[in-house]
Amino acid sequence: MTSRSQRRLGRSILLHLFLTPLALIWLFPLWMMVVFSTMPDNGIFSPGIELLPHDNFLENFNNLQRDTNFVGAIGISVSVAVTYTFLSVLLTSMAGWALARYEFLGKGIVVAIIFGTITLPYAVVLIPQFIMVARDFQLANTWVALIVPPLFNSLGVLFMRQAFSMMPAELFDAARVEGVKEWRIFLFIALPLARPMLAALAIILFLASWNNYLWPLLINSQPGAMTAPVALGTLIGLTKVSWGGIMAGAVMLTVPMLVVFVLLQRHFIAGIAAGAVK
Amino acid sequence: MRHRNATAYRFLTPYLLIFAIFWVWPIISSFLISFQATRTVPWRFAPTFNWGRLIGDPAFFNALKNTLLILVIQVPVMISLAIVMAVLLNSPLLKARGLYRFAFFAPVVVGEVAYSAVFRLMFSLDFGIINKLLNGVGLPKVDWFSNVTPAMALIMIAVTWRWAGYNAIIILAGLQSIPEDVYEAATLDRVSKVKQFFHITLPLLKPVIVFCAVLSIIGTMQLFTEPFLITERGGPGGGTETLGLLLYRQGFRSLNFGYASAVAYTMAGLAIAITLVQLWLTRDPK
Repeated sequence: MTSRSQRRLGRSILLHLFLTPLALIWLFPLWMMVVFSTMPDNGIFSPGIELLPHDNFLENFNNLQRDTNFVGAIGISVSVAVTYTFLSVLLTSMAGWALARYEFLGKGIVVAIIFGTITLPYAVVLIPQFIMVARDFQLANTWVALIVPPLFNSLGVLFMRQAFSMMPAELFDAARVEGVKEWRIFLFIALPLARPMLAALAIILFLASWNNYLWPLLINSQPGAMTAPVALGTLIGLTKVSWGGIMAGAVMLTVPMLVVFVLLQRHFIAGIAAGAVK
Repeated sequence: MRHRNATAYRFLTPYLLIFAIFWVWPIISSFLISFQATRTVPWRFAPTFNWGRLIGDPAFFNALKNTLLILVIQVPVMISLAIVMAVLLNSPLLKARGLYRFAFFAPVVVGEVAYSAVFRLMFSLDFGIINKLLNGVGLPKVDWFSNVTPAMALIMIAVTWRWAGYNAIIILAGLQSIPEDVYEAATLDRVSKVKQFFHITLPLLKPVIVFCAVLSIIGTMQLFTEPFLITERGGPGGGTETLGLLLYRQGFRSLNFGYASAVAYTMAGLAIAITLVQLWLTRDPK
């Protein structure tokens, strides 16, 4: 017995000896992001090794605001992400509901198409999307351009289809017998029951919109219409720019998401893991 | 389930409408544009104009080579690391599990621009913390941005940091769906933990690992932000230019939509081909 528990202890120590340095390496870039954001530029570009935060965050933030209107860009990012999340959750759960609870003509085709687009690179639609939105619709540098084209997502629909098909049919049949309309059944019975899944989906969609870079970079390139990542990206690589400021911007983009992640970890992980569990 | 065409399509219409406008039409349109000369007004049909150029374009082959190189090195390294992370995070011996999970999963929420900026600063030649630490332990500085090999390594390190935890989350969910009694039986039969991993865990995880690999390949195939921001538009001298970056340069800097569409279709073709090969290689032997 003693030798077995000793072996267990040995294995446990080995496990922690391996995992702790790996965890520290993994945290290092995030830690350095915070450290850089609190250092003056002449501190970032000095030969010494600095691993602890300083107290220059506010000045860095002011430098960032001088280089680009970051607060305005954050405002656009927040509004777009909130609107996008709401609309996308609604659209994908409606589609997921239809696929989970009804038999209809062409269902097989719709499902096949949705699965098919998972393996299709976004690059294929990028150029026509840009031509259409910018030239044909004249919508470049508007919120609509940021919100509407990314509304199509396949993993979300499959996730919601899964969520709705796991619910017992009797729930809805009882309401149908009473003569409740289908859209009311969806809105007032199914959606409230799917709340944990909706939360997971909403978090993933919000994050995707908040961090989206390529499409906003292309379609909203006017200074007043940029999202926060795009505005920050324009500074990277310029010569006369405050790197402390860029890091302050990076912290403002990242830390709120980290807080949300810690608070809602279960939903986050459920949303990401859902992709694989079919 | 009941047969209700009208009701079903009422629920599906908004979604399918967005799909038709922003995906179906662009997929067709992109294909058509790739057969047109787009730098004349109006565009004219010239079937070999872009595709002919693609076949003989050294910039295309350079980007293709770089993309495939990142693909064959970075994806296997990252997936292996993700498996190790997931298996160890799942160990009942682990204390302070929450802290370790945070460390590995946190990069999942970090945006491409924010982490590109940090990596650029951390790896800079004279004042980057990485070179300072290398010097500190007696190793020479590495010029991460002026030489092709370190620049490629940097891109792969950055992408691996960002995505390993994401894949570990998916693999961990797969691990937790393996019933406990399989392992109990194996332990009773005195099968070692290492053997259990290779003969029970890995085979049962295969579908999840394939899923991760497919998503990672499609993601890496389109790699854009990291070489755009970290190595400064695919530098040094195109050494880290990817297909995604070539598409951006041709489509949105030179406004050569026809050629960029041909590049996009090449990426899609490659992604689909690699995915099919992957599915075929890992198919059930039955």
